[in-house]
Amino acid sequence: MLTFLEEQKTLLIGLAAGALVLISSVVVVPETEQAVVVRLGDPVRVINRFQPRVDYGNTGAGLTFRIPFFERLVRIDKRMLSVSMESQQVLSTDQQPLEVDAYARFRIIDPVRMVKSAGTTEKVEEQLQPILSSVLRQELGKRSFQSLLTAERGQAMLHIRDGLDREAREYGAQVIDVRIKRADLPDGSPLDSAFSRMQAAREQEATTIKAQGLKAAQIIRAEAEAQAAKTYAEAFGKDPGFYDFYRAMQSYDTTFSNAANAGKSTLILSPDNDYLRQFKGK
Amino acid sequence: MKSISDAIALGWAAMAGGKSPWGGSGGDGSGSGKGSDGGEASGESDPAKEGTEGGDKSAGDPAPPPPPGPRNPWLSGSDSKPPRRSASMDDILRARIKGPGGSGGGGGRGGLPPFPRRADGRSWLPIVAGGVVGLWLLTSTAHMLGSNEQGLVSTFGRYSRPIYSGVSLTLPWPIETVTVEDVTSIRRDSIPEGDAEKLMLTSDQNLVDISYIVRWNIKDLKLYTFQLDDPEDTVKEVAEAAMRASIAEVPLKAAMGGEGRAYLEPKTRERMQAVLDAYHSGVLIQGVEIKKANPPAKVNDAFQKVSAAQQEANRDISNANAWAQQVTARAQGDAAAFDKVYAQYKLAPDVTRRRMYYETMERVLSANDKVILQSSGVNTYLPLPEIKQRAAEPKEGQ
Repeated sequence: MLTFLEEQKTLLIGLAAGALVLISSVVVVPETEQAVVVRLGDPVRVINRFQPRVDYGNTGAGLTFRIPFFERLVRIDKRMLSVSMESQQVLSTDQQPLEVDAYARFRIIDPVRMVKSAGTTEKVEEQLQPILSSVLRQELGKRSFQSLLTAERGQAMLHIRDGLDREAREYGAQVIDVRIKRADLPDGSPLDSAFSRMQAAREQEATTIKAQGLKAAQIIRAEAEAQAAKTYAEAFGKDPGFYDFYRAMQSYDTTFSNAANAGKSTLILSPDNDYLRQFKGK
Repeated sequence: MKSISDAIALGWAAMAGGKSPWGGSGGDGSGSGKGSDGGEASGESDPAKEGTEGGDKSAGDPAPPPPPGPRNPWLSGSDSKPPRRSASMDDILRARIKGPGGSGGGGGRGGLPPFPRRADGRSWLPIVAGGVVGLWLLTSTAHMLGSNEQGLVSTFGRYSRPIYSGVSLTLPWPIETVTVEDVTSIRRDSIPEGDAEKLMLTSDQNLVDISYIVRWNIKDLKLYTFQLDDPEDTVKEVAEAAMRASIAEVPLKAAMGGEGRAYLEPKTRERMQAVLDAYHSGVLIQGVEIKKANPPAKVNDAFQKVSAAQQEANRDISNANAWAQQVTARAQGDAAAFDKVYAQYKLAPDVTRRRMYYETMERVLSANDKVILQSSGVNTYLPLPEIKQRAAEPKEGQ
């Protein structure tokens, strides 16, 4: 066996070298990557380049060949990548500060240019970050605070995207979307004043609610009294004379013979009193 | 040489014939003229011969493994395995080197394989290797997917086909790779994670502390796998942006109340879906649920005051209502009573009137002290013993 190895040494070494060359000339490019073939420092072709309307499986991913030792592969992510901007303070036209946190989604569509200008996707991200924040600040600074919060934001985002996209093309990247993730009042006095504004508004609301409650209660009472008066008038108005007599009787009862409020009075009656009329035997 | 031949004989006997290679190795040893081999063999043969006395003798022997005690010869034979085995290993090496040269020489073959399984004529190596290959083939060619899973098959990195639940076969690993994902199970992202406060600006520039859940699953595994750098993180970021955009459209009151949720939840879901579709993310948003929408902790007291004021107002109003009920009911009662009496009165006005008068006066006068005076000659002062008595009475009574 060993002698066999020794005898066939040259053949074996040749085979091994051949295998090595074969292995290093075959490369696998997965679906998620595009690869730039660099021949002696010069990018010559792109494997599995991003094409928007080509379905997976037909894009050129898979096994490919290269000339070993002369060609080098630079692998670049083909997927959508993200660059996020650190929190930035933006001043609106009405001089209100807003803390903005945004992200952009981009994709490398021109790998050769990207390899020439930036080298790696991380470097592209590094380059895009300051551009994103300056474009964002420039665009948002043209708007009022209120419009930053609501409807007009969409339009602003489109402008920012286009602005960033123009710059990103230099690096072979296409910006797909820019979005504000966070738009907050900055910590410190703006936030505190917002809080105290909210507090004052709530206190005002509380006072208003209380006053409204009292007002409603008063109205309810008055209405009830009016209703009662109406009921009384309807009933008693039928015969005011009898009402006077009837009510007087009730009143005498309540005043002079009230069991609940017992207390003797001394009544001084004249014999001419109507009650004593019969005393006289007339 | 006699002792060697004895040992060989013993070896034959000990191995019960089935293990002839022992003999072979012994023979090889003798053939190479190795003294130590022979010595060992003779040393071991002694206890076998002398039976019970063997313990002492073996202790005096130079043999490296001292036999622990008197044993029967069969066991003593097996005790002596290690040295013999090592000897045979040497032989194997030697035999291998010699191999090609004198393969015709008898006995060399028998010493070749190192393991006790030499009876099979093969070592473990092919079995182990075969097992590894089999396992590799089995795990990388047959794929069992659960009912909620889907897989993508790539041939040398190039996407070739999807596989679905059940068992599927692919080419083995380096050629075809399979990535499997759970596509139907709903994933839940809770934003923010934990109990942290997340303040968002509403359309009236107030802040609301909000937390919500996004439920989603994979709609298109191919897009999900190949399109985005980090799909899970993308879902979270899009959720955040969409929720903020939606919150910024409603005032604080609505954001905190039920009708706001009814607007915010579907709106955020639509927004997220639109963005994720634009990214070709292959993600389907099942729903967005607002877990809580509270005032910020710093102004919570003021909000409590509002609800306290609300309760106070409600209390005032219900008190007034109760009073109103009382008053109107009483009026109605009084009126009804008057009506009843009046109906009777109209039938016989004079009699009823007098009857009522007398009845009332009866009650009134019977409950009080009475003094009857002539109307003429009114006294200017009243001695009135009754009055004095009346004044004293309560004191006594009490």
